[in-house]
Amino acid sequence: MTHGVATSHAPPRPQSFLRRNVFSVDHKVIGRQYLDLALVAVVTGMVLSWVMRFHLGWPETPVPGLGKLAPTGAAGGVITPEYYLALMTMHGTIMVFFVLTTAPFAGFGNFFLPIQVGAEDMAFPRINMTSFWVTLLALLVLLSAFFVGDGPPLSGWTAYAPLSAVGKDAGPGQGVGQTLWAVSIAMFCVAQLLGSLNFIATTLDLRTKGMSLARLPFATWAWFITSVIGLVAFAVLMPACILLILDRVAGTSFFIPAGLVISDRLQPHAGGSPLLWQHLFWFFGHPEVYIAILPGFGIVSQILPVFARKPLLGPRVFITCLIAIAFLSYTVWGHHMFLSGMNPLSATLFSVPTLVITIPAAIVTLLWIGTIYGARLRFTAASLFALGFVSVFVSGGLSGFFLAQPSTDIYLHGTYFVVAHFHFVMGVAAMFGIFAGTYFWFPKMFGRMMNETLGKWHFWLTFIGVYCVFMPMHYLGLAGNVRRYSAFTDDYLQPLIPLHRFITIAALFTGAAQLIFLFNLIRSRFRGPKAPDNPWEATTLEWSTSSPPPHDNFGGRPPVVSHGPNEYGGTGGGPRDYVMQADPQ
Amino acid sequence: MSTAVLPPSTRVPAAPVVASGGGPRPSVAQTGVWIGIATISMSFAALTSALVVRQSSAPDWQHITLPPLLYLNTLLLVASSGTLEWSRRRQAPAGLLATLALGLLFVAGQILAWRRLGAQGVFLATGPSSAFFYLFTALHALHVLGGLGGLVYVQRRAAALNAAALYWHFMAVLWLYLLVLLTWLNR
Amino acid sequence: MGKLFAVVVTVIALVSAAIFALHTWWLPPDISTHGSRIDRQLNETMIVVGILFVAAQLALAFFVWRFGVGSAATARPVKTFPGGPTPMVVLATVLVGIEILVLTFVGSKVWAGVYQTPPAPGALQIEVQAEQFAFYFRYAGSDGKFGGMHPDLMSDANENFFGLDPANDTTARDDIVVASLVIPVDQPILLQLHAKDVNHAFYVPELRIQQDFVPGMVIPLHFTATTPGKYELVCTQLCGLGHYNMRAFVEVKTRADFDQWLKEKAAAQ
Repeated sequence: MTHGVATSHAPPRPQSFLRRNVFSVDHKVIGRQYLDLALVAVVTGMVLSWVMRFHLGWPETPVPGLGKLAPTGAAGGVITPEYYLALMTMHGTIMVFFVLTTAPFAGFGNFFLPIQVGAEDMAFPRINMTSFWVTLLALLVLLSAFFVGDGPPLSGWTAYAPLSAVGKDAGPGQGVGQTLWAVSIAMFCVAQLLGSLNFIATTLDLRTKGMSLARLPFATWAWFITSVIGLVAFAVLMPACILLILDRVAGTSFFIPAGLVISDRLQPHAGGSPLLWQHLFWFFGHPEVYIAILPGFGIVSQILPVFARKPLLGPRVFITCLIAIAFLSYTVWGHHMFLSGMNPLSATLFSVPTLVITIPAAIVTLLWIGTIYGARLRFTAASLFALGFVSVFVSGGLSGFFLAQPSTDIYLHGTYFVVAHFHFVMGVAAMFGIFAGTYFWFPKMFGRMMNETLGKWHFWLTFIGVYCVFMPMHYLGLAGNVRRYSAFTDDYLQPLIPLHRFITIAALFTGAAQLIFLFNLIRSRFRGPKAPDNPWEATTLEWSTSSPPPHDNFGGRPPVVSHGPNEYGGTGGGPRDYVMQADPQ
Repeated sequence: MSTAVLPPSTRVPAAPVVASGGGPRPSVAQTGVWIGIATISMSFAALTSALVVRQSSAPDWQHITLPPLLYLNTLLLVASSGTLEWSRRRQAPAGLLATLALGLLFVAGQILAWRRLGAQGVFLATGPSSAFFYLFTALHALHVLGGLGGLVYVQRRAAALNAAALYWHFMAVLWLYLLVLLTWLNR
Repeated sequence: MGKLFAVVVTVIALVSAAIFALHTWWLPPDISTHGSRIDRQLNETMIVVGILFVAAQLALAFFVWRFGVGSAATARPVKTFPGGPTPMVVLATVLVGIEILVLTFVGSKVWAGVYQTPPAPGALQIEVQAEQFAFYFRYAGSDGKFGGMHPDLMSDANENFFGLDPANDTTARDDIVVASLVIPVDQPILLQLHAKDVNHAFYVPELRIQQDFVPGMVIPLHFTATTPGKYELVCTQLCGLGHYNMRAFVEVKTRADFDQWLKEKAAAQ
């Protein structure tokens, strides 16, 4: 694939408000739209989690105002068991798809990938716009489940069949709500596939002169590899959703065996396999979690050198590890299914690559820590979140050791230990990547600086807060506390309720701390001090253009790249301790 | 803490910019189609493995008789690839129109084949083999319709003909794979 | 700021690790014959992970403390990690690699011992039916045979949880259906797990055993309990609104008590 000079094939700057800010093909606008969508989604998902946590700590206490919002699900402000599960399903679905796949990947990736490779726009701008609008439509379809039929589905974001496939006999929310869920996710898959298409084509074909693959910034590498993972993963989830929809509305039996009796009614299906859904889902689902975290790897690897004022340790090793992780991510999906009824021998077979994947992950973590060695580390909100990322990723990754082994998973499967693990890696580490990216790139995106003091307060309260929320969940799991319970009525769980209350309080406090971030975001948009082109003294191409970048990213003059992205810490032949990628030879 | 204003970043005078006048360069469109082929193949591979699992998970696999019309439709689709190639190599717009016509005929023929099957009482939910038959052929036909749209687009702008041709030929290859799969399943 | 980060990370790491090490919240005592192997695997993993956890967090904290600058003015030159990335690659590959090998080698035997070995001869066979939202258990009765299960006859309203047809099926007539899993101590038990409607799971923390129920499949599960008592059996696979409440009791009785119980139940048929 050739990479010649990026041609000015981007259309000229549109004039109308609608075409500039709403139906825009400009990747920067689309990136911001994705980030705005993710922001709305994360606030929604977080509020759902507060209601859930409150209910778990104080199941009989009414939540003020909730009775008015949800008269069926929360009559008098106390949520029903089915509503708890519905909120949980929506929480998981919204967070995994509409936050963790949009913000770090579609959001920042759309804004910065073309700039970082020196292009004027993505390879297919109109397809890019389409993928955002399909994503938004998918979110609206999903949220509509709150308002139709008997509410959202309660089968979890994993939607195991036959609970998700048989229809409304299976319980509240399993009627229209579940179908809307499946339709929404299928649409989301299409949108992400179109997005991956753009990322890959742009990275391969639209790099500016001198931008060889070896000189790509780490974030771009991460986005590129993430898109390749997504290409295969979403291509499997989409047909799975189609099969689920067919089972629900067309009378097929892909996932539903014969002889099911639900609510004393014999179900008119036969021959299907519930395990088939699990295999298809997790074949997507495991790579999906790497889609959620890999952009964070790239962002952190980009940010640490900037604030350490020295290069990332082992850049080629880093890229190799990303590729190894991506490749291995396809071989491990069965570790979600050790106890599912599949052949027990396959459990051992799946656990081997699951454990092996910790090696590149460990190398990458050590490379980050090794980058800090000998650094001249500056502390900003961005660098604090990047450093915090390393800490929480260590915490989250290590708990995986217990779940990767079938023998220990016998005890820990289905408990809060699992909840602790995935929240640490996805709900915390990936979020820290998003925060770090926001603080880092906000000046470039909006031409204004965020408030550093507020940013630091946000970091400290969040960092301590998330450890208070999620570290105790490991202890709950070790005590055998089952997950996805709307209340703790079993005898052996009673002594654990005080710990749940601690977690709830910590969660509410940490959630409140995010208001600082929101306030900072909004206030800085309008009142932040003007940002220079390169406030952080960074090397990659986005810092070679204005803040914010002009419509075609480089003012009609595509940069010529003579350096890699990692040149920090030398004297550069001048007063600067860094060399920008677009600097002359 | 470092918000010091820096010397303006140096900008190298760029090499001459060549405007190619609207739309991505043809080779980029080609890359895009290859990526699309990878994705679509992956989807059909997932469905194939679902089919294999489903076939072995229960003893209720009823063989269906494939409507012979399918083979005629196959000829139409393969012929349409031929006319597209002819159009591409000889720069003949008539070939493109022929491809469009044959493609439309293919889809119409598939719909007719479904009706023939329906007349025999074989529908989507009749059994697992018929379910997969309808699923595969319908998904393929949807992608063919998308390809037809692409050909119309290419008609109006000469760029990306190679990319569109690549996609179109893939439709034929995919169909041949599905035909073999469905025939072998219902032998 | 860097020193604050280092202190906070250190405190978090040490406090969390201490709570693990002190077993402040921990597994209940094991009452199974195979559980000690699982517990040993868990403990060994905990030690390894604990060391890695504390080491990594402390390394991060130490480097941040040592190499942070308060303002941008320091002229100290930056240093590359001695040996470059190679020590990292070697450390990760060797340390983690060895650990993986050991854990897998031992762990796969532990796993196989539970799920890939047949039950001991003479195991007491009990059928389990999981449904929204209860577990039911069936004993073969004096004829030693289980009657067939007929989904069209299954009815909660009639309390025919297993879909038995005693009118036409003689083997079904003496089947004992109860809502608790009553078993004798030190007796190998073989459960056959059936799911009536959706996925469920069987989990008894003290028994160190867990297994999904899958509709359309009959899944065997075997274990031996070593200590009499009453233990909770809970569902761990999301099955609907009553999932949180789906519980039964495992009553491990002495051999004499169990025989007595079984006789009483058989007589009541």
